[in-house]
Amino acid sequence: MIPELGHFALILAFAVAIVQGTLPLIGASRGDARLMALGRTAALTQAFLILLSFGALVQCYVVSDFSVANVVANSHSAKPLLYKITGTWGNHEGSMMLWTLILALFGASVAIFGANLPDTLRSRVLSVQALIGVGFLAFILFTSNPFLRLSPAPLDGNGLNPVLQDPGLAFHPPMLYLGYVGFSVTYSFAIAALLEGRVDVAWARWVRPWTLAAWCFLTLGIALGSWWSYYILGWGGFWFWDPVENASLMPWLAGTALLHSAVVVEKRDALKSWTVLLAILAFSLSLLGTFLVRSGVLTSVHAFAQDPARGMFILAFLIVVTGGGLALYAWRAPKLQHAHGPWGLFQPVSREGALILNNLLLCTLAVTVLLGTLYPLFLDLVSGAKVSVGPPFFNATFVPICAPLFAALCVGPFLSWKRAELGPALARLRAVFFAAVMAAVVAAVAIDGRATLAAVAFGFGVWLILGSATEFVGRARRGRLRTMPRSTIGMTISHAALGVVVLGSVATAAWNTELIHTMKLGESAPFGDYTATLVKVEPLQGPNYTAERATIVLSLDGKPYTTLTPERRLFTVQRRQVSETSIQTNLLRDLYATLGEGDLQGGWVVRLYNNPLAPWIWLGAALCALGGFVSLSDRRLRIGAPKRSRVAAQPAE
Amino acid sequence: MNNRVLYLLPLLTLAVMAGFFGWSLLSGRDPASIGSVMVNRQAPRLAAPALREGEPALTSDLLKTGKPVLVNFFASWCTPCLAEHPLMMRLRQREGVTIVGIAWKNKPEEARAWLKKLGDPFTYAGTDYDGMLSLDWGLSGVPETYLIDAAGIVRLHYHAPITEKDLNDTILPLLRAGK
Repeated sequence: MIPELGHFALILAFAVAIVQGTLPLIGASRGDARLMALGRTAALTQAFLILLSFGALVQCYVVSDFSVANVVANSHSAKPLLYKITGTWGNHEGSMMLWTLILALFGASVAIFGANLPDTLRSRVLSVQALIGVGFLAFILFTSNPFLRLSPAPLDGNGLNPVLQDPGLAFHPPMLYLGYVGFSVTYSFAIAALLEGRVDVAWARWVRPWTLAAWCFLTLGIALGSWWSYYILGWGGFWFWDPVENASLMPWLAGTALLHSAVVVEKRDALKSWTVLLAILAFSLSLLGTFLVRSGVLTSVHAFAQDPARGMFILAFLIVVTGGGLALYAWRAPKLQHAHGPWGLFQPVSREGALILNNLLLCTLAVTVLLGTLYPLFLDLVSGAKVSVGPPFFNATFVPICAPLFAALCVGPFLSWKRAELGPALARLRAVFFAAVMAAVVAAVAIDGRATLAAVAFGFGVWLILGSATEFVGRARRGRLRTMPRSTIGMTISHAALGVVVLGSVATAAWNTELIHTMKLGESAPFGDYTATLVKVEPLQGPNYTAERATIVLSLDGKPYTTLTPERRLFTVQRRQVSETSIQTNLLRDLYATLGEGDLQGGWVVRLYNNPLAPWIWLGAALCALGGFVSLSDRRLRIGAPKRSRVAAQPAE
Repeated sequence: MNNRVLYLLPLLTLAVMAGFFGWSLLSGRDPASIGSVMVNRQAPRLAAPALREGEPALTSDLLKTGKPVLVNFFASWCTPCLAEHPLMMRLRQREGVTIVGIAWKNKPEEARAWLKKLGDPFTYAGTDYDGMLSLDWGLSGVPETYLIDAAGIVRLHYHAPITEKDLNDTILPLLRAGK
């Protein structure tokens, strides 16, 4: 009965979404308060129904109800409970349910927290949000129903992709979806603003917390994904410029640009149509990512359920959402009221000038990733030639564009609005500049003289951290620490955190030591300052897998230092092997071991990596998201209830 | 007027992209499809300088030893090659398969470093730095893998990294039958 309840709740949610997607929209254009009030009720009802439906599906997984086809295909009674639950969204139907649930929850949040929004704007936002939901609910109900029954019910399920049975991946999709789907709210706000024909300071303030929340979750989602590929793929790397990874990076870059351009709207009442465009693009790139990952038009090193038929639906959806948004943009954006002309009247050297530079560079980065990702597809179709665009392309294009971005990042916060002088700002960064140069020189001399570029990048990392800190200390000295808005504190944290990520990635990529060696039992091999000894390889029985576990002792100066125990797991149901890396970290470096294939002569391929500063990559990313959350807690966003009637441009600092 | 066009630009970009995506889906194209041009024909000429220093150059004789041979084109800059590398290692170490590896458009020292780092699965290794050899082989990128039977006929041609499924379902049965 539970699956039927879930199914019916989903159908009801579909009906509610249709009502929510139409009536409040009509109400907003007619000024009918009753129709507009319907939006909030409908949004809450819809979220409740989808929550109920999703709960029913989770319940089917928890009790291993093998009369449900989806559970049979993706679960198994021998699976640990945690992975039974996370298995709910580890497949196509379930992940669509999770996507829709998050979409509805965001809609409900707008209904709850949007009390300060004008009625017309809130109704329109909720309607657009519901229309997106209608598309997804229709997709689930008509093509990917997770509640389909199977009769007779088999005795046990077919299990779950063993690679997905991992805590890192269990929570990666929800985070990523919170990010992707979070941008649906900014999209809805943009569409509502275009329908109203009004983008102003208040709008920018309202849309900011939603952008920030989506951005924070996306940051965490990408970091989790990268961490997962670091320890599960066993290649010692953390980013492979794979289409699946690029798909999540593009909306992040657009979202980051949006966060910054919205500040210009808020403070200077300018750059409006550009900001609206970015709000549409951030969500469109999220959908594009979903399309690329699910449709199978590109090959990826990450295994993923791909199906061209579903690809057609997602493409149609992408065309309606993005195409509709951009068509509305082409029609309405030229009519937006501009105080200083459509592109503003800016001094190149000013805070807004710096933010525009930031936007130009971030968008260039996003386009670079887009071109690199889609080029193989275009070329294949046009000429039939198959190419793979790999790290060399991105190292030659993406990385150099980061340099001016990082260089300008520390200077921007020193510039005042409207008109600023570059000289004083640079003077205050003089010490930081010398420290960064020193760091680069030390890195080049002391660590690795050949990796010049890595040394320069290392200097940039130091520049970002110290530069952000200097700006913060300068503010605090002027006695503004008490009154300093949380958004400023958040900015400093996120900017400095970017430096931490840069240091971690550069050190890991350029200065790691590695040993790949076929070792026999008892054999030792030198590994950097350590000596690695393969002590034993023993069989192991897990809940739903069998494994070989190696014990590798690392000794330093003849004394045992640490023991690493990498495994090779064979998942019995799927006959699939997965390597389980063993990582020992002290936050300054990772000692990382994987166990490869055994050969016929009793040797095992052992890979050992010493990755300096590797934990900083994810630590920095988490810190970056933390900065976003701190900014989100700013009281101006919580109680700032800006009233449209008396809002003028904020006095620019 | 110009301004108007500017505002239409995002929509036009989307239209072009969507056109490509639709075309891609409807064409029935599979980016990892198995090609058919080379299959069931005599293996092309093999002539390549050795990748590893001090070894003799690769010749077509290597393909006519009376045993099936795998020919794998790879490059150190190619991430999918990294993905299929453990399977190559397994084929060599567990199954004792003869594998001819050819570094395509790859500086020999970089290819050598890559193999040194990850392990070298190749019985014979050659280099095709200018990509001339791969023209004869109908190569379109890396990684690509050809299975050549005992009589020197191409039996399989993979345009994509081989997977565990390919290995167990197709390659190994054919190799065993070939012996």
